[in-house]
Amino acid sequence: MAQEKIGVYVCHCGTNIAGKVDVEEVTRWAAEQPNVAVARNYKYMCSDPGQDLIKQDIKEHGITRAVVAACSPTMHEPTFRKAAADGGLNPYLLQMANIREHCSWVTVDGEAATAKAKRILGAQIHRLPLNEPLDPIEVPVNPNVMVVGGGIAGIEAALKLAQAGKKVYLVERDPSIGGHMAMFDKTFPTLDCAACILTPKMSAAGKEPHIEMLAYSEVTEVEGYVGNFKVKVRKKARYVDIDTCTGCGLCTEACVVRKVPNEFDRGLSKRAAAYIPFPQAVPLRATIDPTRCLTLTGKKCKQPCLTACGPGAIDFDQKDEEIEVEVGAIIVATGFELWDPTPEKRYSYGKLDNVLSSLEFERISNASGPTGGHILCKNGEPPKAVAILHCVGSRDENYQEFCSRVCCMYSLKFAHLIKEHLPECEVYECYIDMRTYGKGYEEFYKRLMNEDVHFIRGRAAEVTDVGLSPTEEGRLVVKVEDTLLGITRRLPVDMVILSSGLAPRSDAKETAQTFGFGCSANGFYLERHPKLEPVSTVTDGIFIAGCCQYPKDIPDTVAQAGAAAAGALALVDNPTVNVEPTISYIDPEKCSGCHICVGLCPHAAIQYNEEKGVAEVITAACKGCGVCVAACASGVPQQRGYLDEQIFAEIEGALAV
Amino acid sequence: MRYLYYPGCSAESTGMAYDISTRALMEKLGVELVELDDWNCCGATSYFSVRELDSFAIAARNLAIAQQQGDEDLCVICNACYTTLAKTNRYMADSPHVREQVQGALKAVGRRYDGTKPVRHIMDVLVNDVGLEAISEKVARRLTGIKVAPYYGCQYSRPIGSFDDTEDPQTMDRFFEALGADVLTDFPAKLKCCGGMMMLTNATGAVRLCHEILKSAEDLGADVIVAACPLCEMNLEGYQPNVNKAYGTHFHIPVMYFTQLAGLALGIDPKQLAIDKQVVSCAPVLAAIPA
Amino acid sequence: MSDQFEPRLIGFLCRWCSYNGADLAGTSRMKYPPNLVPIKTNCSGRVDPTHIFKAFAEGADGVLIAGCHPGDCHYINGNYRTAGRFPLMKKMLEQLGLEPGRIRLEWVSAAEGDKFARVVTEFTEEVRALGPLGWNTRTPEEQADAGQASSDRVEEAVPA
Repeated sequence: MAQEKIGVYVCHCGTNIAGKVDVEEVTRWAAEQPNVAVARNYKYMCSDPGQDLIKQDIKEHGITRAVVAACSPTMHEPTFRKAAADGGLNPYLLQMANIREHCSWVTVDGEAATAKAKRILGAQIHRLPLNEPLDPIEVPVNPNVMVVGGGIAGIEAALKLAQAGKKVYLVERDPSIGGHMAMFDKTFPTLDCAACILTPKMSAAGKEPHIEMLAYSEVTEVEGYVGNFKVKVRKKARYVDIDTCTGCGLCTEACVVRKVPNEFDRGLSKRAAAYIPFPQAVPLRATIDPTRCLTLTGKKCKQPCLTACGPGAIDFDQKDEEIEVEVGAIIVATGFELWDPTPEKRYSYGKLDNVLSSLEFERISNASGPTGGHILCKNGEPPKAVAILHCVGSRDENYQEFCSRVCCMYSLKFAHLIKEHLPECEVYECYIDMRTYGKGYEEFYKRLMNEDVHFIRGRAAEVTDVGLSPTEEGRLVVKVEDTLLGITRRLPVDMVILSSGLAPRSDAKETAQTFGFGCSANGFYLERHPKLEPVSTVTDGIFIAGCCQYPKDIPDTVAQAGAAAAGALALVDNPTVNVEPTISYIDPEKCSGCHICVGLCPHAAIQYNEEKGVAEVITAACKGCGVCVAACASGVPQQRGYLDEQIFAEIEGALAV
Repeated sequence: MRYLYYPGCSAESTGMAYDISTRALMEKLGVELVELDDWNCCGATSYFSVRELDSFAIAARNLAIAQQQGDEDLCVICNACYTTLAKTNRYMADSPHVREQVQGALKAVGRRYDGTKPVRHIMDVLVNDVGLEAISEKVARRLTGIKVAPYYGCQYSRPIGSFDDTEDPQTMDRFFEALGADVLTDFPAKLKCCGGMMMLTNATGAVRLCHEILKSAEDLGADVIVAACPLCEMNLEGYQPNVNKAYGTHFHIPVMYFTQLAGLALGIDPKQLAIDKQVVSCAPVLAAIPA
Repeated sequence: MSDQFEPRLIGFLCRWCSYNGADLAGTSRMKYPPNLVPIKTNCSGRVDPTHIFKAFAEGADGVLIAGCHPGDCHYINGNYRTAGRFPLMKKMLEQLGLEPGRIRLEWVSAAEGDKFARVVTEFTEEVRALGPLGWNTRTPEEQADAGQASSDRVEEAVPA
């Protein structure tokens, strides 16, 4: 091996590294290491002058390898590899030594941190002479995009991509797109009617020729890699031919099963087994509920729906259908679930009448809801007093520790709507802190304070129906400590609204696994970087948007959807994309043809060549996990960038100090 | 079946009936209770607010004795004792600081404790060790038609909740169902605080709390309230006149230790269960139990 | 620092989950002992038994392998390969007269910075308790003892 000239660059990262690690000492030490030609330190290596140091040294000192001891490679490896390339060095001849996340930030003692930094850096200095120049592998990009989830995030992303001329597959699990926003009555703080602003977008998505709507469908399998995903989608049987159905609703009227809890009204109304979820549904097509339809559950039925349906769209023999779609990028926007308040037993949800979840109240206040928009108790009377309890299940270590960000605002919206419908009704907001952080939000809060709403600072202790006085008898009583007055209060009310937090979907973990990314500790999808890549995931080409990433309001959701669409577009608008060249190869001279690696490869990227009697790596299919390398008894498969000898050298370097 | 038994101070005074009925009930069920040697007051819950470390040390002394005395689990009847002893175990496990300090204190009196003696509420023992089926088989007089309000009290399951749901305990409901009673399963006040020691320092407040519990039971038509804690029992039973005076009510609801009512169902003589020690007459309950 | 034995540890971290989990421990400023030097691989399935023995031969006292949780592997099932190999690696260690407790396998997701910090802290203490490896200085009897004493734990080698 020719003598290599290594350049070492130790970053101070302001005081992030230099505050703990003695960067001068590390630099001095590095200069003495074998093959090191230049060792420098600099305040911010990622700045332009910092990067220029590398480029200059390549030109002036002829360095042939470089290592930057700085932050995590996840952060700045692309930055420095590009700098190396700009300076004329193959980017894969530059390594990073992570002495920030893995060293200065996690170590208490400065001396120990300095020693550890040397070991981390030493590993890279040792491996560098063995690095080989590599060229990225260029692969074609499928220009189509899949958007999973047809709520406002998915609709927005799909429309943006369609506007850019991309073919979009919009997959929605329910019979109609629209998501949670379609259930809302008004939106805060502007009090726009949710339907008025959402339905045009839904209908645009339905009509947009570039969007192929796959409603009542679910993704079952995702294969492939950036620019080249193969997605299996199960189109659930609607038992209605979607092309023939006109959405007239006659089957719904004819259906004899009439008492199915209507999901769209959160069970507050009933629907038929043949149903259209709501009047503005897109696609406006009927669906027959296979769990309730008499015919489909093997019971006797005269099937009046068949007679009622003019075009003859009903087809009881329809089966689920699996299709495979090829796309270059995927946006996952699967939304949230309202946190179910049942476990919070002291609020008696599901036990006492007129204790409602926030989504139930959305439906009650909605003109298309079960009460026609009249705010009524179960007995049909308007409430004389309503309590709105904040932070149900939220900011609570028993349930969800986080703040769901939208509940304070929707609670204020509820108070306003109640006051608007029933000016004489007393409204109490029991809150821990009011969090009104968005544009126009604090102003809305102030407005509500002038609308005679009672604000009580205190998390409600209990909802009970045990009345202790004539004003309490036969009503609900909310017990709450008013922490501003320092007294406990009993609020006799007729309706209690539980402002539940937003929860990750109960199958979020499985969904994340299907798409190949992870979940955060709180269960929402994990973004690639919380600040700078909030809509990317660890899997290149797969993006996330909306409340599946974390609770957020509609403006933020729409903004994120746009960002995800832009991310996907930036990928699929190119004919090709570069993928990491760190894949495996097999030397046919050494391979004995034992087959072990063939069966172990998770991506079926190794095939056995009968003619030559050896295993061969299919370059385009290999993802670079290295399982074959570790499995081969003879060490024949090797992984570029992670050769055994390179890893050995790292181990030696790490333990040499 | 054999347990070490920690009666707690109340068992020698106001809560005597709880101790007497517990011994009678357990004997009937073939459970041997071996009283802890030289036990001391658990310190009760309020002392924690004053001198936390001393409270742990006081409780730990009992646990140290238990560990020395035998391998059996330590059975406790009072909710406050149960919480205090179990809490001591938990803190000794979770906090090296507490463990170190407590062990230091015990060493000074020549004792050692490693923090692992299982502390069991008597209801836990009855439901999970003896078993509802076994108890049901021994019933001599089923409590058919008796409306029982199961009053758990605030420290029965909170904060530890090791044998029942913290916020919605059910064991006492299941227990009396096994005895054939008409259990008021939705008794909303079952976890409400009775006021505890506050009856001595802030009687107005404590009486208010008792009022709510009694009212809740009366609204549901309870024939008897059963309690699992000497203090709860005393407040709910003994202070009914005070509640009546303060709120213009006419409560006269029998309140019993759950062990007393269970003993009756198993056919134990009322005298052996110290039923005559109750302040509010239990005669209507006794009369209502089918022979 | 005191005179107590400071074990030298190598940690193979998969790039997608555990390396990011270690990064998260950093960005969250969690503190853990400085004994472990991480080495990045794309997948925990890349870790070859020879890497472990190379580390011991070069003077490591313990080796951690950390990968994605079962089902979360970026390469579908690479971590299952790791899980399959790990008990064998333990057995091999035992046969060589080394305590199987000197290697540890953990699933650490990108969201589990706290777990990474905890695992490194625990592992450092565990290996500290085992003492220096001293591979070349052990007598055959010592080697046999070390292997036998820990053989009972081999069966429970793979974490759930």
